[in-house]
Amino acid sequence: MSAVASSPDPMFPRPYRVHRVTKETSDTFTLELLPEAGHAGFAFAAGQFNMLYVCGIGEVPISISGDPGVPQALVHTTRAVGAVTKGMEELKKGDSIGIRGPFGTNWPVAEAEGNDVVFVAGGIGLAPLRPALYQVLASRERFGRVVLLYGARTPEDILYRKQLKEWRADLGLEVHVSVDRATRDWRGNVGVVTTLIPRVPFDPYNTVAMVCGPEVMIRYTVMELERRGVAQENIHVSLERNMKCGIGFCGHCQHGPNFVCKDGPVFPFSRVRDLMNQREV
Amino acid sequence: MTKFFFPDLGETMFDGPTTLEPILAEHPFLKGMKKEHLALITGCASNVKWDAGTYLFREGQGADQFYIVRQGTIAIEAFSPAHGPLVLQTVGEGDILGWAWLVPPYRWHFDGHATDLVRAIAFDGKCLRTKCEKDHELGYELLKRFSEIMSQRLDVTRMQLLDLYDDMPTKGIRRK
Repeated sequence: MSAVASSPDPMFPRPYRVHRVTKETSDTFTLELLPEAGHAGFAFAAGQFNMLYVCGIGEVPISISGDPGVPQALVHTTRAVGAVTKGMEELKKGDSIGIRGPFGTNWPVAEAEGNDVVFVAGGIGLAPLRPALYQVLASRERFGRVVLLYGARTPEDILYRKQLKEWRADLGLEVHVSVDRATRDWRGNVGVVTTLIPRVPFDPYNTVAMVCGPEVMIRYTVMELERRGVAQENIHVSLERNMKCGIGFCGHCQHGPNFVCKDGPVFPFSRVRDLMNQREV
Repeated sequence: MTKFFFPDLGETMFDGPTTLEPILAEHPFLKGMKKEHLALITGCASNVKWDAGTYLFREGQGADQFYIVRQGTIAIEAFSPAHGPLVLQTVGEGDILGWAWLVPPYRWHFDGHATDLVRAIAFDGKCLRTKCEKDHELGYELLKRFSEIMSQRLDVTRMQLLDLYDDMPTKGIRRK
């Protein structure tokens, strides 16, 4: 997996302005950002992340969730969980924000050509997978079955609901959603996302799986994928650690021999398998 | 959770198969069973159907059946006076539904609500319990297979209890 080159000085934020803030669910929102005058933005690869700096509050790493084919506009979906992200949620159109990036490795979209592709997302883990979905669906004919298995807490917590419907209707994306809790108004599946894996038709021997969500979910997802017959080397996961510098310099995100910000966040599962089962590395 | 499919089964099976035995023999839940055991189990099996919106079973009712779902989705529900029916899990094509027939006092603990047309193979639990009492090898074989299903259901239920999806902002943000 290759990393796309970042800006000349990766520690220096570039100015962007807020183009739109969209509330996705009760606690998640999407920021659309455009470059301020003086620079043209940058290309990024599906799976990479940026460091977003809210003036006077602080900086956080957030995966890019927009279309790599439209790199001028940076799109980030996140959850408002602390001072920085809550400050981010308060931003209005025209406000400034600093961006460092793009950082890290990417989803193996090109390597997946000719295969079935299974995306497994849990909660807001759908956001880092969305750029790969854009890419795969942009050249849909190069892939076999394309399946998204998505788990959310409740029907109200489903991200990108309208877009998923459109992709399912227009682009042949098989979408299967399961929620943990529901009333009868919800007509879909109830249960953890891993229960969808045995139900969905795909060829496990010619499948590339991309998985993003809470780490416990990732572990159980991999177990189910392997039980189904998907080879470990064809399973790719995106990990979360406490990232600060984004360039493997500060060591905050060290995970065994890897720096998640630089060597990840997207890893072949075979590379992190042993580390994921260790309490301390 | 292991799922079970009927890869080669068409609608024709409902037009009058002479026996369910060859169909059951291919189902992963029963695959590998001794022929004589399979014959005993088949003797307790029948095809059943429910329309959308109807109940397969209600909480507290006698649980003298279990099912292999062939088509449709069943919502396993608990009724809350404050919220109405709450869906705990959905079960679909290929799934095994129900183990209360194995455990005294043989009563359903939840409602089973057909969310669309459901076709299934039903197994008479009383009939099977009698046969298992007479033939302990059959009983042990069935119990092993049900234990696996129960264990898988317990695992996924535990995961549901963890409320996992609240745990992930999106890339290393920990309450920042």
